[in-house]
Parts: sequence; C-alpha cells; structure tokens
Amino acid sequence: MNDPKPGPPGGRAAPPEDAHGDVSVDRLALAEELTGAGVSGAGATASPEVAEYALRLGDDALILAQQLGMWIARAPELEEDVALGNIALDLIGHARSLLHYAGTASGRSEDDLAYWRDEPEWRNAWLFEQPNGDFAHTIARQLAASVYLFELYGALMESTDPTLAAIAAKAVKEVDYHRDHATQWVLRLAGGTEESRRRMAVALNDTWPYVDELFHDDELVARLSDAGTAVLPSSLRGPFQEIISAVLVEAELELPTGRTAFTASGGGREGRHTEHLGPLLAEMQVLARAHPGASW
Amino acid sequence: MTTAPADLSVAGDQHGDEAGQALFDELIARDSRIEPRDWMPEGYRKTLIRQISQHAHSEIIGMQPESNWITRAPSLKRKAILMAKVQDEAGHGLYLYSAAQTLGITREEMMDQLITGRARYSSIFNYLTPTWADMGAIGWLVDGAAICNQVPLCRCSYGPYGRAMVRICKEESFHQRQGFEILLELMQGTEEQREMAQDAVNRWYWPSLMMFGPPDDESPNSAQSMAWNIKRFSNDELRQRFVGMLVPQSEVLGVTLPDPALRWNEETGQYDMSEIDWDEFNEVLAGRGPANAERIRRRREAHDDGAWVREAAAAYAAKQAARQAEVA
Amino acid sequence: MSTPGELGTEAWPLWEVFVRANRGLSHVHVGSLHAPDADMAVRNARDVYTRRNEGVSIWVVPADAITTSDPDAKGAFFESPAGKNYRHAVYYTKSEGVKHL
Repeated sequence: MNDPKPGPPGGRAAPPEDAHGDVSVDRLALAEELTGAGVSGAGATASPEVAEYALRLGDDALILAQQLGMWIARAPELEEDVALGNIALDLIGHARSLLHYAGTASGRSEDDLAYWRDEPEWRNAWLFEQPNGDFAHTIARQLAASVYLFELYGALMESTDPTLAAIAAKAVKEVDYHRDHATQWVLRLAGGTEESRRRMAVALNDTWPYVDELFHDDELVARLSDAGTAVLPSSLRGPFQEIISAVLVEAELELPTGRTAFTASGGGREGRHTEHLGPLLAEMQVLARAHPGASW
Repeated sequence: MTTAPADLSVAGDQHGDEAGQALFDELIARDSRIEPRDWMPEGYRKTLIRQISQHAHSEIIGMQPESNWITRAPSLKRKAILMAKVQDEAGHGLYLYSAAQTLGITREEMMDQLITGRARYSSIFNYLTPTWADMGAIGWLVDGAAICNQVPLCRCSYGPYGRAMVRICKEESFHQRQGFEILLELMQGTEEQREMAQDAVNRWYWPSLMMFGPPDDESPNSAQSMAWNIKRFSNDELRQRFVGMLVPQSEVLGVTLPDPALRWNEETGQYDMSEIDWDEFNEVLAGRGPANAERIRRRREAHDDGAWVREAAAAYAAKQAARQAEVA
Repeated sequence: MSTPGELGTEAWPLWEVFVRANRGLSHVHVGSLHAPDADMAVRNARDVYTRRNEGVSIWVVPADAITTSDPDAKGAFFESPAGKNYRHAVYYTKSEGVKHL
C-alpha cells in the first residue's frame, strides 16, 4: 500500500507531500528461502534412498512445526507466543528444504509430499507426533527433539551429499537456539513452584518412552552412513545423553528408571504411527485436498 | 529507585498545573512530541491509555481469526507466511502494551481488563473466518484499513505511541501484500477458488469500512483527539482515502467491491457510496457479533492456562536472586 | 527517578531493550518487554526485536535500574548549552575557505 499514490480516476496530480504519511518499505537482498535448493545446480537430484532419508528428516521437522504452530495465540505470555513462533518457523524452513530435496527423486514438490501422502507414507518418528499437552509437555518434547536435532545436524554438516550438508549447516545454528530455549524452560519449570516441578516431572515421564526410537538404525541409514551421506542414529545417543544428563542434573530432575520406564516400540520410519498422527494430518491436509490441482 | 504509579500522576502537582499546561500547549502547537514524564492533562493521558490499550488488545485478539488457519494453510509457504504474520501481531500487541505502560498502567491490568470483558478492541475481529480466502481478505481489507489508520499515528503527539507505530507500520507492510497475493492467487485459480475469494471480499468489505469509526458528525471524541495531535484525519477522510486505494486494486484482482452505488463523483472529488449499516456496527460493538464471546473466552483460557508457567518463572527468578544475594 | 513504565507490581518486570544494528554502531533503545529474569529477557529480546535481522548485539536493562534526569529540572539541566556557540565549528567563520581546517 506504499507505492502508487492513490488518486481519483482521471488523475488530478497528487500533492507534492502527502499529509497522510507513508511507510517506506526497506529494500534489501533476500536470502535463499529453500536451503540447498541451488546447491550443485541442476545435479541436485536425490537418489531414491537419499530421498527416503531426507523425507524422514523433513517429516520430523514438519510435524513438530505443525504442533508448535498451534501454540501461537495460546502461549503462557506474549513473549512466548513470539518465541515459539520463531522455533516453528525455523522448523518449517528445514522441512521445506528437506521435502523439496526428497521430492526431486520422484518429481514431486514439497507440497505434494506434505499434503498428498496418507498416514502410512509418513516417516517421522513418534516423538514428533506426540501432542502438545500442557506447556511442560511441549518443553519436554522440545528438549528431546532439539538436543537430538542439534547432534544430528552437527554431524550431517559433514555429509558427502552437498545438499544435505548445506541444509544441516543452516539448521544446526537454529536448533542450537531451540536447545537453549528448551533448557531455559526446563530449569525454570523444575526450579519454579511445586506445581511447575510436578508438571515438568510428569511431562518428562510421558515424553521419554518416545526418545529411544530416535536412535534406531536400519538398513537404509546403515548403507547411507557407510557412504558418508547420512548420520547413523545410534551414533548420536551418547552425545544426546550427555547433554540431557547435564540439563537434568542442573534441574535436579531424574529420568524414569525401572518398572515405570516404558519404551515405545516406534515404527514411524516404516510408516507405523501412534493415534495422534492421523488427526493431525487430516487437519493439515484438509483444505489442499479439497482442491486437487489448485495453486495457492 | 522504583517509581510507584502515584509518582506519575502527581508529577503535575509538583510542577504546577499551569506551567505544565502552558508547556504542553506549546509543544502541541509546535507539533512537537509529548514524552512520558512530561506534564499532561489527565484527559490526554486517559484518552491515550484507552486508545493504545484498545489498539494492543486488537492486535492480540486479532491473532485468533488467523491462527485458526495456521494448521490448515494449503501450502507450506502460506503456512510459514501466516505464522510469521500472526507472530508479528503478538509482537505488535507487545509494543503497544509497552507504550501504554509508560502512561502508568501495567500490562497485567490491561490484560485483566481484556479477559474480564471490560476492554474494547476492534470489532472487526468478532467476525468469523470460515474459508481460506478470509486470510486474503483480512490481509487486503482489514490490514489495509488498519495501515491507513496507523500511518498518520506514526506522527501522533505522544512519543512512545508514535515510535511503536513506526515499527509496526514497517513490519505490517508485508501483511497487506501477502493478503493481496492470496486473493490474486485465488482469482487466477479454479472457479471454486474465485468464488471463495469474491465471497470473502463480500463479507469483509463493509466491516473493514466500519473500522474507521462512525461518521464524523457522530464521532464524539474525534475533535479533542485531533486538537491533541493524536488523530490527524477524520474518520470519513480516512475512509474515503481507503476506498480510493481499494478501487484500482480490486480491478487488478478482478473482484467486485460489494457496493453498487460506489462511483467517483467528479463534483465532490469523493467517492459516492451506499450508506454503511451502522446498526450492524453497533450490534457487534455491543458484544453481539458472531465471535465476541469466543474471542474473549479463548484469550482468557490462554491466560489462565499460562498462569502456572508465569508463576514458575517468577518463582525461579526470585530463588536465583536470593541465592546470588547469599553468595555476595 | 527511573524510566517510565516499571510500576513495581508485576510478576514479570519490565526490561528496556537496546540493539546494536551493526558492528561499529551504538546500541540503540528499541522498546521494552516483560521477562522473569535477565537470561529470559535477552532471549525474549532476540525473539521480539531481531526477527528481521535488526541486530548483532542486544542489551537488556531492568527498567527500574535506569536513572533518568528529572523532567521538572528540564530548564536547569539543559539551558546552559544555549549561547555557548564557540563549542561548534560553524562559529569560526574567519577560517572559512581554508583547506583541511
């Protein structure tokens, strides 16, 4: 609404200075929107196996972003609306880059993959599809997710696949901040009031059964990591545990052990999901699917 | 030293109301700015607290009709844009609450007024957003009207409000454009998409014109606000200006503005338009809009659900401070 | 007298935010926010005030830690510079036209 000065049809000359005032729009060089999309030019087409791997990572990011987006306008304080929004936007950025790359193998766009796959075709781990719950549950999920993603992208920067390496190099800096955000809140909730401490402990208990799946290896990642393309999930468990332990020691919290320490089987990488993914996808995809072939 | 609220309100007494008033009048006459610690007439302070807090509330409540579509946005790019826009609105509410706070009212008090239904916010946000095209219409029409209202507020006589508005207007420059592009994309799409876009424009056009407030001859507070350089243009002037911008834009979009009487009048140098349905405006204002109750309920719910988190962080800060004091 | 706005009654106090837009520039006041403590304040400031690349460094200061000049002393504080024109280069007109001066 900034440029052409509105004038009546037939055009009287606009007065030299507009008393109403005006907003100047900053001219700036825009950064690349999809990381890695331009890497190695026309050659950046993923092989089917690399595409499957990129899909796993992209689905993790997108499902988490979708969930965090639900917090906007519902966060505990305005500052936190903005903070969670920033995290969700970072994750959508990662998801778009990864899905775009995954799609190059089959000639599908990021939106084809996001909106036109059914539940069994989704490859995200179960942790990411667990619901927001109260703020403590979201923070527990954020802690596990961001520490895992930080280690993952840190290692993936060294990938022999230049597109994955470029995506990881941008993402690692962003998830580093997510890790800090989650840590700050774990400390405050654990060390705040009796009520907040209780909720934080419950949230950790509820979340931790889904952590194990993040570190499952399978034949695909084994082959890709031998080739230097992917990161072997099991190799991340050690550094993950170290950071989590340090946070929990400071928060004076403990992870569940013994008989209460459930471990979920997982299965997201093969397209088996918990009861939460279906409704989430139904909501996310409803409009796009009502208009096949439409552009938005 | 912490300044108690009382300090602000008695500043005038120390100064002497007469000298204060004289300086205030002089600053206004020079079109200069009033800053928080200056003497100011009580009416000026109250008017600003009311206007800035209502403005802040509008940003915060205004997040809801759009956040309704974040989870269902039809492409990942649109999802990111919408999320960034709604997030900006949280930021804008925050800037405005801070500006109001310099006048001696806390954000907690203002939030309390909002969630107990004692505060007003722009009635436009009491309308529903049943289709995706509403995201386009809100951006184009509602943000367009808001920007038209807000640009002159950048020169508002109260410094903190003007500064907040400069920041907000710059950030909002993308809000209207993204809305316009949503509609443009729909109008260039399928028959169903075009209908969706036209339907949204039909529903939002009149409410967006109502955003400028009642006609000048029925706007009781306008004259004083203009004398104080808070308001720079009358409601009708701004409404005319806005319609003048919409007409050529609607032609680019290929949508029809739902007013058969709308046409340029060479003699008056203005657009002729149909009478606005002020009964509807007053109904919505009186709390009988489609979503008044829902908007407040949801804001209250978020506020109440977040109470334990805010308390936890405050308790943690107090414990840390006590621990540091012990060490020292 | 502290900065306006901090009324001392809120659970999360008010912080003033200063952002350095680029290396070589000063930190400039950009606005305020609420936060429970300094660690969160600087993070909130990052999220609220630097979403569009506005800064490379942030200061946050508790609003009640800022001391401001007394508005009532306006005259006494700020009258003196007027008339001391010899502090400004333009006062010295006779050297006009001489290079490198």
